[in-house]
Amino acid sequence: MERPLTGNFRADREAVSLAEYERAGGYQGLRKALQMAPADVTETVKNSNLRGRGGAGFPTGMKWSFVPMGKDAPHPKYLVANADEMEPGTFKDRALMECDPHQLIEGMIVSAYAIAADIGYIFLRGEYVRSHERLARAIAEAQAGNYLGNNILGSGYSFTIHLHASAGRYICGEETALLNALEGKRAHPRTKPPFPQVSGLWGKPTIVQNVETLCNVHHIVNHGPAWFRKLSRTEDGGTKLYGVSGKVKRPGLWELPMGTPMREILEEHAGGMRDGLRFRGALPGGASTDFLVEQHLDTPMDFGHVQKAGSRLGTGTMVVLDDQTCPVGMVWNLEHFFAQESCGWCTPCWSGLAWTEKILFAMEQGKGSLHDLETLTFQTKFLAPGNTFCAFAPGAVEPLQSALKYFASDFRRHIDEHRCPWR
Amino acid sequence: MLSVEERKEIESKLADYPNSQAMSIEAMLIVQRHRGWVTDESLRDLSELLGLSVADLDGVATFYNLIRRKPVGRHVVHVCDSVSCWIMGVERVCSQLCTNLGIALGGTTADGRFTVLPIVCLGACDHAPAVMIDGKLHEDFNGQRIEEILAQYE
Ligand SMILES: Cc1cc2nc3c(=O)[nH]c(=O)nc-3n(C[C@H](O)[C@H](O)[C@H](O)COP(=O)(O)O)c2cc1C
Ligand code: SF4
Ligand code: FES
Repeated sequence: MERPLTGNFRADREAVSLAEYERAGGYQGLRKALQMAPADVTETVKNSNLRGRGGAGFPTGMKWSFVPMGKDAPHPKYLVANADEMEPGTFKDRALMECDPHQLIEGMIVSAYAIAADIGYIFLRGEYVRSHERLARAIAEAQAGNYLGNNILGSGYSFTIHLHASAGRYICGEETALLNALEGKRAHPRTKPPFPQVSGLWGKPTIVQNVETLCNVHHIVNHGPAWFRKLSRTEDGGTKLYGVSGKVKRPGLWELPMGTPMREILEEHAGGMRDGLRFRGALPGGASTDFLVEQHLDTPMDFGHVQKAGSRLGTGTMVVLDDQTCPVGMVWNLEHFFAQESCGWCTPCWSGLAWTEKILFAMEQGKGSLHDLETLTFQTKFLAPGNTFCAFAPGAVEPLQSALKYFASDFRRHIDEHRCPWR
Repeated sequence: MLSVEERKEIESKLADYPNSQAMSIEAMLIVQRHRGWVTDESLRDLSELLGLSVADLDGVATFYNLIRRKPVGRHVVHVCDSVSCWIMGVERVCSQLCTNLGIALGGTTADGRFTVLPIVCLGACDHAPAVMIDGKLHEDFNGQRIEEILAQYE
């Protein structure tokens, strides 16, 4: 099985150095791209069916095609790597940056070349100190090797990368809030349109792309779109980093063909549930995705199939709920996170989530009522898509709405027994 | 007054951004690395250096989780309280940690050695519970390892 993203990781998990990276064929994708016209790079990525790995799954090549090109295009144009990874349960981008930092840098340069960007930022969450050290070293190495800077490898194309450490807030991962954070402002999202591709950082055309997405780009250019599509078991191209956390035998992270079924990931790779525990459900792609349960275990983990099952692929890192963990408590923990991280811009979100958290907390204390259940259901509708300024709030109620559906009797027990049955 | 080093570090990063407003977050984090927190006095100094109002700077400072406007101990222990760590029993480990140190979550020990703060998912969910001390990640944190790990911090 081919593992373009992680195949080059060292066994000791130290960063791959520039020399090691080059020896393994590194920066060949960049050399090839620089021989191509930028529009052809975009076309290649379009044909590969690469979809964004940050959660929404937007087709990457199509996003690039909205960037104004040619000699009348505004400059500087920007390319931003979204390395904010703060979705609870998600630990994939950190591995990519720590173990193979040059892979992200090469992916960024090739992507930047396709949209004729002049300046790149890596928007890195502040807690990722080790990623910061290793990326800083790799950027310096790439500069010394003329993979970055002026007239890259004699091609006439110039591009630089700056590393920006965020001061932390989950909403900074939302791409327009991220732009405000980079500009040194409070990270409230922006109205769309205008879309960042046309008017982003300081009003200039900007592409924001997840770390894992970018890490794929030069491999696609190097080996071709047909190769990339064939890596997958379904129609979304490529491999995917899948993760599992919770009470399974071997929690971890694996690069597998896109579309690997949930059961295979849980049983073959994560080793199944710990002895004596039963699987009750999982958030398939981080905190802001709907629970899937036993009946969904054969779902191929790609964008289309997980959506059909009633959830989202999200970040592809699953959080598993077992039968000795309280589902109401778990949802309380999730809504506590969302209530705290709401950016406070629009009322349904900040107020509704604080209310939701309070009710769930009361339920855990044995103080919930039947009326509270109605209020929770109301909140899931009130915060549904279209009612709030950004996608944060709809994501926040996804685990709640599905828990109310699949774990209804557990909610009832908290109310009827005036206590949490798991405490 | 900003120290010479603080000023030097800030000035070396200015070229990364087209204006000083974009530098403000980085500048506050630099000050915090030197002093443990962002004091009122350093906000005024930064205001002068960057040409931004104190109110603007404070508005930004208070938005972000990692900028502290209150003093902390010599070492900051961040305990992940997000979902995977919660499932793996971080509540119990965290209260044991606080009991050992004789403080409540958010508090600082009387000798000024440790402050314990909650933090969101540290991206180490497959090795939960996760704790970060002064920027260093400690995975698979549990009751037995508390003393051994704390002993590494004077
Ligand atoms: C509340 C919220 C948080 C987000 N956090 C992240 C994040 O941490 N990392 C990320 O890559 N995308 C995140 N996204 C998605 C981004 O807005 C954007 O879609 C993505 O970075 C685009 O890159 P992609 O197409 O490569 O996935 C978040 C979205 C929302 C609404
Ligand atoms: S939905 Fe929430 S996070 Fe998004 S703008 Fe409104 S308050 Fe902010
Ligand atoms: S939930 Fe604690 S590290 Fe991810």
